[in-house]
Amino acid sequence: MPKYDLIFRIAGDGGEGIISCGDLIAAACARSGFEIFTFKTFPAEVRGGYAMYQVRTGSETLHNQGDTFDIFCALNSESYEINKAHLLPGTAIVYDDTFSPDIPEGVTAYPVPMTQLSRQLGFKKAKNMVALGVLSALFNISANHLKMLLADRFKNKGERVVQANIDAFDQGLMHASKFEKRPGLQLPKAEQATNVIMLSGNEAIGLGALIAGLDFYSAYPITPASEIAKYLALHLPKRAGTMIQAEDEIASISQVIGASFAGKKAMTATSGPGLSLMSEMLGFAFMSETPAVVVDVQRGGPSTGLPTKHEQSDLLAAVYGSHGDAMRIVLSVENVNDCIHMTVDALNVAELYQCPVVLLSDSSLAFSSQTVPLPELDTIEVVERRRWDSEGEYQRYAMTADCISPMADPGTACAMHIATGLEHKQDGRPSFTPGTHQKMSTKRFDKLKSLPSYYKAAEIDGDATGDADIGVIAWGSTIGVVREAIARLRAEGIRVMGFYPKLIWPMQVDQYEAFAGMCATLVVAEVNQQGQLAHLIRAETTLHPVSYTLCGGMPFTPGMIESRVRELL
Amino acid sequence: MKESMSPKDYQSGIQPVWCAGCGNYGALSGIYRALVALQIDPANLVNVSGIGCSSRMPYFLNAYKMHTLHGRAGPVATGLQLARPDLDVLVTGGDGDGFSIGGGHMPHLGRSNVNLTYVLMDNHIYGLTKGQFSPTSRRDMKSYTTPYGGIEEPMRPLLYMLTYGATYVAQAYAGNAKMCAELIKGGLEHQGMAYIHILSQCPTFNKLDTADYFKSIIQDIPESHDVSDLHKAMHLIYKLKDKEPVGLLYQTRRPTLDECMADLVEQAGGSKEYDINKIIDLARP
Repeated sequence: MPKYDLIFRIAGDGGEGIISCGDLIAAACARSGFEIFTFKTFPAEVRGGYAMYQVRTGSETLHNQGDTFDIFCALNSESYEINKAHLLPGTAIVYDDTFSPDIPEGVTAYPVPMTQLSRQLGFKKAKNMVALGVLSALFNISANHLKMLLADRFKNKGERVVQANIDAFDQGLMHASKFEKRPGLQLPKAEQATNVIMLSGNEAIGLGALIAGLDFYSAYPITPASEIAKYLALHLPKRAGTMIQAEDEIASISQVIGASFAGKKAMTATSGPGLSLMSEMLGFAFMSETPAVVVDVQRGGPSTGLPTKHEQSDLLAAVYGSHGDAMRIVLSVENVNDCIHMTVDALNVAELYQCPVVLLSDSSLAFSSQTVPLPELDTIEVVERRRWDSEGEYQRYAMTADCISPMADPGTACAMHIATGLEHKQDGRPSFTPGTHQKMSTKRFDKLKSLPSYYKAAEIDGDATGDADIGVIAWGSTIGVVREAIARLRAEGIRVMGFYPKLIWPMQVDQYEAFAGMCATLVVAEVNQQGQLAHLIRAETTLHPVSYTLCGGMPFTPGMIESRVRELL
Repeated sequence: MKESMSPKDYQSGIQPVWCAGCGNYGALSGIYRALVALQIDPANLVNVSGIGCSSRMPYFLNAYKMHTLHGRAGPVATGLQLARPDLDVLVTGGDGDGFSIGGGHMPHLGRSNVNLTYVLMDNHIYGLTKGQFSPTSRRDMKSYTTPYGGIEEPMRPLLYMLTYGATYVAQAYAGNAKMCAELIKGGLEHQGMAYIHILSQCPTFNKLDTADYFKSIIQDIPESHDVSDLHKAMHLIYKLKDKEPVGLLYQTRRPTLDECMADLVEQAGGSKEYDINKIIDLARP
């Protein structure tokens, strides 16, 4: 198969079926055996406002949404106005002919009477399906796959709705026959995908939790984390697990702690506001050494902020959000594949270290559909907590060589104990003496000292034996953007390397230092105002990286990273 | 577990930290007696509490225990009970813990009918923090934070719990440990959310609502009262006006949250052996 990499962007009003259209293109391409990476923005309101869906599809693994688009499909004039600056030579625009865009030189224009054709069909909501038919014909998106997927998507609404959508699709397909196709903008012939799955970041977190053996999930509705609850509400009961919607985020983390004390693997997911509400109970989890996982799907903040937009601004809250001397283990995911495998990691390290874990995802990843290899279940390690072996007298907080004390599930004879938020002695009895507080506080921190070397090393992107002029540090979904920028720069002979930590806290300090030793200048790219990871690096290491931040509710593009690196050379 | 458990077998060996004359001793005694009467295995009993004088209860019991956060005993116990329906779950706490900071959780314990027993010791004051006005303080009470007297009406926990959907609602005076024991025993035996309100004097900080005061306002629920009738339970509370009914007010049987969850799992064809590949396959494009 030849190398190819095409980006479709469909935009219009929130009620115009942009999401359906984009989902269908992504699914058809994935079914054809192509790699997929989608990105969408939509308004926080239920109806109306600007919605955009971008599908990047290619022959090789895709790490981000891309810089801009190759093919733009505008369902209304507003979406054209927002995107017209990106109509560069070589791109194509498909648009509803109710408005007349200015077509720059080198851009191919395909005016389609979407509104008119929909009216003729007597089905005015068919605009997106007419557009889909046109896109299928012009750019070789498998019409067979699209029709099957379309029938599947609308089958719950009845045969008439399915047929109406297929008729509209056919109208688009027919209308497009009068246009001339652009040779550079063609997908190859569809094949049949094997050993691949396609899911969103949120669904992948749900799947990862199932693979890890999750027993209990409790959550409160919040954008952009609710799809995790939706996924687990459907699938966790199949595995005889419990999914419950709590009355608020405080209750959901409380239920998780209760279930975990009862001996079960338990998790919740939320976004920034919910994480704030959970802070106190996460402190209790740390103090009482109760395993718990909180997934924080970050959105624009602070306060209600930008509920549907992209941001990586909860890092400091995740790391430092507790009162008193308390830790959380903080992991962050780069892509959908990580969402599966690192949710397993999160549950594993929570059980292993008897400590709360915050797994950071973000809004664009939450809604990004990506193709990933079928998980190989045999190779995935699932860890259980250390349990008491019934030897000798049981002490819940017994001092051990690695400071991790065996737990005992309720029901175990002779191991009755208390999980308490009060400072306590090894047997759990409250004690406020200087000696006890010093000793037990040290225990709780010391048990985590092995984690930075236990957890997989941060990836170094580039020749680890060589030197670089610039080293780019990134976390979360920004990593995928940096990967592509670095590949492009290195292809030009620019000496640049990347460093991608997935365990954010406790920090893998030695690895940061070693990476810094290879690079003349360090830059940390992240989507927040304060440069939160850069702040942590300055606090924990001897390094003083340049901070490159973006705070506009959108992710970086590879081009932005490239430009910044060039400036620093 | 021993063949025959005595009150001593349910004691942790830690002496209560409560002041002399505190009503909570009566509630504790009631709990010990109820546990003896039911011969509950301490290893299968979990006592969950929040923060406050009465929330220290778990330390004095021989059982699995959680001393959690102010106001959060209810949801912690809910998670625990749902995760392990085989355990006996006992929540203990006070009026501030349950109806002020934790007030948002109470409706959900009731409506969900979580299968647990909630013993709430109401002393009409914040004792642990040295005597502030509580959600059940009498309106005109002068306290640490109300030197001119309070300006808010006291809450009516019994009425709330009946309204929220608790399926066992009872009240006792702490000075009557026998009645406390009987009602707590009934609560532990009950399948569903059992709420036992205990009028518990705080001799140190609440000089208004003394043991004598509580004795003067309690009135036994007549034997003729139909405990299965929600309206009559509410009517009884209103009818008594300045008196507090003691005894069992209301009891009914409704599916508990864990029973409903088990039905749901069955409906989904759930089992630990369910092939996860079937779920993964749904994500094939």
